[in-house]
Amino acid sequence: MAKFKRSIQVGSQSINTASLPDIVFMLLFFFMVVTKMKDSELKLNISVPLASEATKLENKQVVSYLYIGKPKRPDLYGSATRIQLNDDFKDPENIPKWISEEKERIPAAYVNLFTVSIRADKNIKMGILNDVKSKLREANALKIVYSTNVGKSITN
Amino acid sequence: MPRTRRSIPEINAGSMADIAFLLLIFFLVTTSIDGDKGIAIKLPPKLPKNQSPPVINQRNVLEVLINDQDELLVENEWIKIEQLCAITKEFILNPNQRIDYSESPQLAVISLKNDRSSSFGAYILVQNELKRAYNELRDEMSLKLYGKHFKDLIKGSSEDQNILDKYPQKISEAEPENISQENQYK
Repeated sequence: MAKFKRSIQVGSQSINTASLPDIVFMLLFFFMVVTKMKDSELKLNISVPLASEATKLENKQVVSYLYIGKPKRPDLYGSATRIQLNDDFKDPENIPKWISEEKERIPAAYVNLFTVSIRADKNIKMGILNDVKSKLREANALKIVYSTNVGKSITN
Repeated sequence: MPRTRRSIPEINAGSMADIAFLLLIFFLVTTSIDGDKGIAIKLPPKLPKNQSPPVINQRNVLEVLINDQDELLVENEWIKIEQLCAITKEFILNPNQRIDYSESPQLAVISLKNDRSSSFGAYILVQNELKRAYNELRDEMSLKLYGKHFKDLIKGSSEDQNILDKYPQKISEAEPENISQENQYK
């Protein structure tokens, strides 16, 4: 008959941590994949309006961002409402050129899905936005999205 | 000369977890998972110069005007934003067969016009309410026909398309008027 030894352990058992790096690496890869580095520095103060019927932007690849708002540093850039494309302030006249540059960036199969996301401050006037919209129409960028936060909008 | 057998020194992997943690924390901090959300609209294509816009029967058009004080005028009546969704739904469905409301949901068009000095916040508020009216109508129809919420229908399926055909969302945006002659960039 075989003899079984029962080892009696005194004190707390140590947990095997050999798989800890694996778990950490898994998390690490997850966050590496979902991270999107900010590509342009925002020079405008923008607080987007709230909306309850907002829909999600599906394909980030085909989206270009256009910012409208008042500059963060009025001492340098003045207090008038400005448009920011990539890193610079631009006039509405520059939009068609910018659109054609942005369209070249995305794969040809997705060009018809090209979307412009307009992040505008809720206090700007519609005049500047209408200038932007007519330029977008001219440049044949017809899919636009007004960026909003999700929330009950009526109590804005 | 005897060959000495050299054993490969073992690398201490004890600090691996520390390095991984460091990277993990870096990516945790820089990540923003909040997907961009917003109100999607489609601009009309630019009309050729010699072509005039199509003529629509006046009763099928719901006129929504926003003035420079962000006040709302719908079909020549001052209303509050809270009323807009209900009025839009009534206009589209026209349950009481009013002669100044739309003939059918397919023909209904909403015309949105704003002043150059009205605020973007008010404009989004109105767009949101109009969208809400359509979403609620579509949801009701979807529940009635298929027993499912509209958002649960598979996109592009025949059921989804059927609902969209029943309630096509036509929001036309007119060129804004500069009623108050104010500098809009101020």
